[in-house]
Order: sequence, then structure tokens, then C-alpha cells
Amino acid sequence: MSFKVPPQLEAQLDELATHYPQKRSASLMFLHALQEHFGHVSREAVEWTAGKLGLQPINVHELVTFYPMFRREPLGRTHVKVCRTLSCALAGSASLRRHFIEKLGLNPSLHGPQTTPDGAFTVEFVECLASCGTAPVVMVNDDLVEKCTTSDCDRVVASGRGKGGTR
Amino acid sequence: MPNEHRLILKHADQAGYTPDIECYQRHGGYEALRKALATPARELPDGKKQTPQEVVRDEVLKSGLRGRGGAGFSAGLKWSFVDRKSGKPIYLVCNADESEPGTFKDRQIIHKDPHQLVEGMIISCWANDVRLAYIYIRGEMPHGARLLNQALSEARAKGFLGKNILGTGYDLEIHVHRGAGAYICGEETGLIESLEGKRAYPRIKPPYFPAVLGLYMSPTIVNNVETLCAVRHIVTMGAGEYARLGTPNNTGTRIVSLSGDVVRPGYFEIEVGKATIGELIFDPNFGGGLKPGRKLKAIIPGGSSSKVLKAGEKFRLKRKGADGQMVQVETDLLDLPYDFDSLQQAGTMSGSGAIIVMDDTRDMVDALANLSEFYAHESCGQCTPCREGALWLAKGLERLSHGGGRSEDAEYLLHIAQNIQGRTICAFGEAAAWPVLSFVKKFKDDFVARGKADEEARARGVVPAHHH
Ligand SMILES: Cc1cc2nc3c(=O)[nH]c(=O)nc-3n(C[C@H](O)[C@H](O)[C@H](O)COP(=O)(O)O)c2cc1C
Ligand code: SF4
Ligand code: FES
Repeated sequence: MSFKVPPQLEAQLDELATHYPQKRSASLMFLHALQEHFGHVSREAVEWTAGKLGLQPINVHELVTFYPMFRREPLGRTHVKVCRTLSCALAGSASLRRHFIEKLGLNPSLHGPQTTPDGAFTVEFVECLASCGTAPVVMVNDDLVEKCTTSDCDRVVASGRGKGGTR
Repeated sequence: MPNEHRLILKHADQAGYTPDIECYQRHGGYEALRKALATPARELPDGKKQTPQEVVRDEVLKSGLRGRGGAGFSAGLKWSFVDRKSGKPIYLVCNADESEPGTFKDRQIIHKDPHQLVEGMIISCWANDVRLAYIYIRGEMPHGARLLNQALSEARAKGFLGKNILGTGYDLEIHVHRGAGAYICGEETGLIESLEGKRAYPRIKPPYFPAVLGLYMSPTIVNNVETLCAVRHIVTMGAGEYARLGTPNNTGTRIVSLSGDVVRPGYFEIEVGKATIGELIFDPNFGGGLKPGRKLKAIIPGGSSSKVLKAGEKFRLKRKGADGQMVQVETDLLDLPYDFDSLQQAGTMSGSGAIIVMDDTRDMVDALANLSEFYAHESCGQCTPCREGALWLAKGLERLSHGGGRSEDAEYLLHIAQNIQGRTICAFGEAAAWPVLSFVKKFKDDFVARGKADEEARARGVVPAHHH
């Protein structure tokens, strides 16, 4: 995908930058918006952000490598984050992750995020999602699935398979 | 039988209660702001005069409110440290990073009653001469961020926020800022760096106390979501009335997050110290007890960074006796009142107010391995003892929980943890060390036995059964 920030998005970002006495503060918000639009944060997105905020590309690049939510590679269209921290682990999150991984033909012994070859799904373990009282929890894109069961997993997989196209 | 006392969450779960401003105002919303703005100046008995803002700050101090984010520090005292003579702007940042494992209370406020936070913030900003403030919300709460943005624009449209608030001439702007998945952004100086658009590397104190050199090297107040909501109720009720809730030095209400092996996990707002740990776990109004046939093994009382407590542990608490003298009372774990001071006297802390319960089916080695993996992943990497130590702990525990243990591992883990605590820039070092120090000391037999079993299995040439 070629890198072109639509004027409407650029206008939104220009407005965001005015929220701070120092433009650099807007970096994280820029990266969120660009990742939402393009599916990941590319080298071009880093350079564009740096240019807009009067920074060196390294100032932005070091954010992308520090903050776990930013991705340098395209993500699956359905992004599944399974919470692995204690309360969810006590409620069976390891078997939930395995269920997703096996259902999608991914490798259960690999650590870190994994994306299906067709780009439909990314599955990963993440740390506590601040919903431990309804463990185990899974985030599917922006939505939280509480007290997640294997049949919830199956529903997520079925509806993710139904979504075509690229991000 | 103790019950919830819902003040902050009074309306949150009522049928038909919605997060929009009309609903909030129908329930008395923004009346506290009007009341605060109309506070008269006052003259103290010693002839000293207080401005309306000083009066409200004084009320917050007198209410006894202690921060609900983790450290339990007096909110009024924290506000009194703010450098008001620097000539620089004063900033306020709401810490909505909620990422201490076990904690899910701020989420309830943000999602169900966002205007309450906004009102608490506007009052707190006004009382501290703040004109620009931020809500730093963790990146994994996108809906929460949208709800807060919506609430802020509704408040602006009604004249509660923006220029010339309610005709008083006071200007304030509040913006939502999203984090991006790093736990260390919850630490207040890491949060400030992150808000400046940098890696969330905590700053060293001194000199970088936020009250003096915070955001953009200006005086800055960082308060937790729940703390700022409490301010709204202190203004409504008055400091004296608020301080009658809870127990001496542990005033008001607090939302307890309860998770793990209980029948009814969830959040419960209690008067601080008016329910015991045993009641929170076993009472039908709260956790409802353990699953059938299970026994209590351990609890983590204040978020994953607090020291674990073992079932059956006894503590010596200082209490006022009948004659008014302080006496030491032996207290069982289950009889510990859930408040800041009792938990501290029990050698741990109530931290973020999050209790994680583990029953007798749980393996303490596996539980600690899980937590140590969290800390290894979340260390920001600035300090060598934390960056390396947290990783060694996680690796040692991973090995011990996957069949590669040695009988000396327990000592090895203690040794590493002891060399992290007290040697780092921020309190994350303690957060990573304390679970290890407490789990290994209190459940030493489990850790040693696990290592021994692995050694024997290796000597016989078999792969231990729990290797996977
Ligand atoms: C490693 C670490 C993580 C923290 N995470 C949070 C958090 O997620 N939310 C929070 O409110 N405070 C957190 N704190 C506490 C903050 O540093 C700070 O004390 C708090 O926001 C102050 O607000 P309060 O006085 O209202 O409690 C954390 C502290 C440490 C050391
Ligand atoms: S103690 Fe750990 S988290 Fe805190 S500054 Fe040092 S390396 Fe970073
Ligand atoms: S441990 Fe999974 S949401 Fe907190």
C-alpha cells in the first residue's frame, strides 16, 4: 500500500497537535491514528510523523519499538489479544490461546504475535487488560470479550473468516 | 453483615443509567462544581485569609482522602507540595492507565460514569489553578477514550469546561491522551515522559518530583481516576461528613477489585476498613466464598506488586485498647480490616485495591512464574538490576515451573530479588521483587520440593511429568 495520508485524517491530526504546548507530545496519538488507518506503522508513517511534529525520525521510531501496541508489520484484520496475566491464567487463558492457535493452524510453541498467511487473523498473548473480574478476557480488535469460552473463540474465528479485503 | 457502600459507583450499575451528560445532571451531576465555584473566601481563627481555592484544597486535606492509585498518599498533602511560585503553569494529569494486574475499578467509572471523573477533575483543576489537564488512559481502552472525549465535549457545550466556566472567568481545557500498552506508563514520572511524547522512562526523584518538575518541567499533579472522583464527593458532602465514612486515617470509600478463585469475582465499593479480607472473600455480599470443596491457599492483597499473604498467617496489629492505650492484637489473615494501615502492618499493602484469591488447587511456583513473566516483559530497561534481574527471575521461574528446576533455585530467586529492590530509579524494582520475596519465603517448601523433584527425575533420566 502506498503511503498517502488522506486530507481529512491530516486535518484531524493537525487539530490533535494543538492539544499540547509542545507538539512532540502528540506523537503517540499520531501513531495510533496512523496505525488505525493503515493497519500498521510503516517507515513512511514514522518519517511523516517526525516531519509533522518537527522531530527526527529516530524520536518516533524509538516509540514504535518501545510501546507494545504499535506494529511495524501489517496485522491480521481480526486482531485477537488473549490476556495471559494471573487472574486470566487462573481462569484458563492458556487453553483459550491454544484453542485459537490450533483452530487457525498457527504454531502453539511460538511466542509473540502470529498472523495467518491470508492476513485474516493475528493472535497474541498480552498482559492484564484490566477486566480480571470477568476472566478470562480476550480483546477482538477494539472489543472486549469477557468470560470468554471456547465457543466464543469459535464465533470470533467464524466471523473473522467472513471478513474479506485488506486493511 | 458488612455491605457495599456505594458513593462513587452509586449509579453506575442502575438500570437506565447512561454515560451522557443529561443523565448525569438528572442525578445531581455538576452541582458539586457549582458549589465549589461558589465557595466563599474565609478567615481562619488566627486571622489568616483563605481564597476559595485554598478552602477547597483544605477540605480535601481534612477529608483524609488518600490516593487510590497505589501508594495511598494523602491527596491534600500532595496538592500542598505543588510549587505555586515558579511562575510556570500548573498541570494536572489523571492517571487512567489502570494496568496493575488484578485491578479493574477505573474501567467501571470511565465506561459507566465518565462525567463524574470529568467533574472531579474540573473541581481539582480549579482548586489548584490548573488551566490545562490531561486524562492519560491506557491504549487498550479505546471505548473508554471515546466515552471520555464525548463527555468532555458535552461538558464544553454546557459551559462546564473551556473558556469562562459558568461565567466565573476561569478557563480550563482537558484532553484525552492514549497510552500504547506499556505498564510503566502507570508510574507517574513514566506517565509524564510518555505524555511528552517519549519512551516512558521514569525520572529519578529527587529532583524530578512532579509537584515541582513534572510535565514540561512544570509543577504537575498526578492523581488516579478514583481519587479525583472522591474529590467531587468531598465537595458535595463536606470534609467532615466524608471523613466519617471509613475508619480513622483510612477515610471514605474505595472500590475493591476481587478476582481469582472466588464464586463471585467483581468490584465492590466499601467504606475503607469496614470489611475484612475474610468478609470480602467469603461474604455472600462480596466474593461469596470459594468453589465447593476448596480451601484458601493465598491471596495477593493489593495488585500483583503487593506481597502475598498465606492462609492461616497471623499478624500483630496495633489497636487502641479499651483504656485508650495502644495494644498489639494478634489478627488472622481473614480478620485483617481492608485498609491502608492494617495491610501495611501485615507487611504488605492495599496498593491499587485489587485482591487476587488462590485456592488449594493452585501451584505457587506456577503463579509466581506467571507474575514474573509480566515484570520481565514490562521493565522499561533503564536500570540494570531491574532489566536484568526481572528477566533472570522470569527465566529461573520458567525453568522451575517446566521441569528444569534445582533444589537451590529458591535461594537463587531470593538472591536476585534482594538485589533489585532499593537499587532502581522507580518503584517498579520493588514491584518486581516483592512477589518473589514473599512467595518464595512463605511457600519455600513448595519451591524447594519442586526443584528437588526435577533433580531426582533428571538423575533417573526421565523427563519430569510437568514438563510441557
Ligand atoms: C510500576 C508502577 C505502576 C503504577 N501503575 C499505576 C496505574 O496503573 N494507575 C494509577 O493510578 N497509579 C499507578 N501507579 C501509581 C502512580 O505512580 C501514582 O502514585 C498515582 O497515580 C498517584 O495517584 P493517587 O495519589 O491519586 O493514587 C503506579 C506506580 C508504579 C510504581
Ligand atoms: S526500576 Fe525498572 S521500570 Fe523503573 S526505571 Fe528502572 S528499569 Fe525502568
Ligand atoms: S489478568 Fe486478565 S484482565 Fe487482568
